[in-house]
Amino acid sequence: MSELFDGKEGTQHLLMGNEAIARGALEAGVRVAAGYPGTPSSEIIESLARVADKANMYVEWSVNEKVAMEVAAAGSFAELRSLTAMKQNGVNVASDFLLHLAGSGTRGGMVLVPCEDPGALSSINEGESRYFARMMELPLLEPGDFQEVKDMVKWAFELSEELRMLVVLRSVTRLSHASGMVTYGPLPPREATARFRHEGFVLDPQEGVLISAPVGYKHELQQGKIRKAREMFENSPFNTYTGPEKPEVLIITSSACTLYSKEAVHLLGLKDRVGILKLGTTWPLPVNLLTRYLSLTDTIFIVEEVIPFMEENIKVIAAERAAEIGIKKFYGKNDGTLPMVGELNPDFVIGALCKILNIEYKARPDEYTQAAQNIPFTGEAPHRELTFCPGCPHRASFWSIHNALELDGRKGFVCGDIGCYAMAMLPTGFSVVKTVHAMGSGSGIASGFGKLGQFHFDQPIVAVCGDSTFFHTAIPALINARHHKADFTLVILDNSGTAMTGFQPHPGLDVNALGDTVPSIDIADVCRSMGARVEVRDPFDLEETRKVLNELMEDEEGLKVLILRQICTLSPEKKAGKKYEMSINEEICIGENCGCNRLCTRIFRCPGLVWDTERQVTKLDEVICIGCGVCADICPAGAIQRKEAGIS
Amino acid sequence: MTGNALPKDPYNVIITGVGGQGNVLASRILANMLVRKGYAVTIGETFGASQRGGSVMSHLRVSRQGSWSPQIPKGKADVVVALEPTEAVRVLADYGNPDIMIVSNTRPVHSVGVIAGDLEYPPLEQTKKKAEELSARAWFIDATDEALKLGHPILGNVIMLGALAGMSPLPLDMEDFKAVMLTSLSADKLDINVRAFTLGRELVSH
Repeated sequence: MSELFDGKEGTQHLLMGNEAIARGALEAGVRVAAGYPGTPSSEIIESLARVADKANMYVEWSVNEKVAMEVAAAGSFAELRSLTAMKQNGVNVASDFLLHLAGSGTRGGMVLVPCEDPGALSSINEGESRYFARMMELPLLEPGDFQEVKDMVKWAFELSEELRMLVVLRSVTRLSHASGMVTYGPLPPREATARFRHEGFVLDPQEGVLISAPVGYKHELQQGKIRKAREMFENSPFNTYTGPEKPEVLIITSSACTLYSKEAVHLLGLKDRVGILKLGTTWPLPVNLLTRYLSLTDTIFIVEEVIPFMEENIKVIAAERAAEIGIKKFYGKNDGTLPMVGELNPDFVIGALCKILNIEYKARPDEYTQAAQNIPFTGEAPHRELTFCPGCPHRASFWSIHNALELDGRKGFVCGDIGCYAMAMLPTGFSVVKTVHAMGSGSGIASGFGKLGQFHFDQPIVAVCGDSTFFHTAIPALINARHHKADFTLVILDNSGTAMTGFQPHPGLDVNALGDTVPSIDIADVCRSMGARVEVRDPFDLEETRKVLNELMEDEEGLKVLILRQICTLSPEKKAGKKYEMSINEEICIGENCGCNRLCTRIFRCPGLVWDTERQVTKLDEVICIGCGVCADICPAGAIQRKEAGIS
Repeated sequence: MTGNALPKDPYNVIITGVGGQGNVLASRILANMLVRKGYAVTIGETFGASQRGGSVMSHLRVSRQGSWSPQIPKGKADVVVALEPTEAVRVLADYGNPDIMIVSNTRPVHSVGVIAGDLEYPPLEQTKKKAEELSARAWFIDATDEALKLGHPILGNVIMLGALAGMSPLPLDMEDFKAVMLTSLSADKLDINVRAFTLGRELVSH
């Protein structure tokens, strides 16, 4: 979107939260941005990459989040403003470096943007990075709407430069992936010069070495900075109060929960009874400001996602200031007023306020609720289970893995990993995946299973990872496995991009985030250099894939790697046209009488094939079918037929 | 700021469908048309599962005032645009109310549970009846079939947006539609999209 850069000062735009983060960084004159893709964070780096040339920036998709933070830190060390963005898990990956960076301090303004996923809408966890801010002793900001997202990012850079420390700005799915109105500010001049000064006095923060030692001195320095941040936060314009002078209930909230709280007060008509203190600076908390607002009433309701981070930190302040402000009744997560897991929404806040104030609210007539609420359970709207896309190479890969494991017969299983293919724990991947944890963990766990032979462990182990995951964290696990002679087969599902998050490039490709041609690193070469046996196949060749898998599983010695290479069906080049025109020969498909027991629809479950209950044959949905041709090899009767499609 | 008064502020639109149907794109086009009319729009989207056959929804809050929650409160949707018929009624469970208006595509997308034979897909007549029972008014149009006649199923979304323009009080003008489309597609594709939008408007006009 070119208007992200070209939009004029003072104009209003509808921006996704992640675009607002990118615009804020551009207005701050960011020069270096690095990240690793992960929903809901990916559009930040993507948006910056798109305008990098115009803005005179360096932008990269790094190999993982720790390296991304290191790359961004180098920019800061060279006195440029830098940003790193990642999803919540990424902060765990980067945390080893983060601790040291917090100690060493920064030079050019540096901002870390973790985008979290309360409710795990596109994650398999709802991890929190706010505790990292406290644990690493770093300032934490949480914007409450879209305009603030942009404005706070810009301010975060200024704050970082004033304090000479990394600033954390936390977003959540409902800001990052939601959209709202943003008014643009000015963009800075394009020119910038990078220089790393390192010849000054050893403790000179601007001209000496960058290190977190001597620890006592540096740690104390860091805590001094945090104290200064707290003082600055006391007067921050991002901490706002709306409501009566003497509210019955004081809501304290932050982030997207600000919008939920506002909505609830609006719908319940409580603006004269309930006040909302919206905090933009959530670590360290502004003690004097909180003391002032806590004094307004004795009923405090804290609204936040997911863990009661503010709640517990505010209670400490309330205890310390009890003599001054009196005894408070707190509502929030700890007392069960709000749930401890999942994301919130306006209705949770409405329900809680009704309980606290003992009032009633009905969103709609009871008769309507009775008639409508059971729709998802009565067959009116059949449940939609997640599945691989039509034409997805993973469906073919897991079909072969499933069949190979069945044929092998030793109760083998798959150690899964993070990517679309994690869905292979569901029927869409024939439920073969039995462990899924962090990125690269499939290989690491398999390395451990592969050393249990002395305890009579004789189940064959298959690990899977994607091509991007291979570079992210699977490589060290593989080195470990090879070095320790662990026995397992790694299947690398190479679909030529970080597909799940929208096709960001990785080191296996000859293109980078900026679109430049760059050296690619061959996955097979890397595995061979470790001494692994390496095979490369096309997952759409079902018979050959199954065969080689069984061979590898039977070969019990050490690390074996099978690379299944087939480009993702959603990739731009693949979307261009169908490879095959598919058809069903209804004379050959004899449905229930076949003996196959509807293998194609009951087990293979591609959304492009539909069982026609009336006519008792399989039919093709031409709007959904992508023409990969794989199902032709599934049908034992040969009723599913393919012919080469003309170039579209 | 120019533009019509809204019957309600914020005015709440849900676009619902199945992953891969272009739900997010439809919400972008609609939102940008309204932004051109001077409204503040907030959009909430669920697109983690969007490519993979799950139910997906976009919530649009149209307002004169500014940002609202990206999730519409329960029971508070004003209009539902459903790219798939069973999704039209699924939405009512949480967001429906007696005053809601619905416009739905008629073409089913079978879930894997249905494909596998574990679940049954309800007949269209049953879906229509439920939708009519639980709304002030419901339109069902053959958007995908009409789009296939125009040459590409993806035009079904634009037909649905045209239908929304024809049945809702939102000020959705052809000029705004053209301007928004031109920011994302080449001029030679504009004509077919204009035809799709017009067709959608006609399909709900009687």
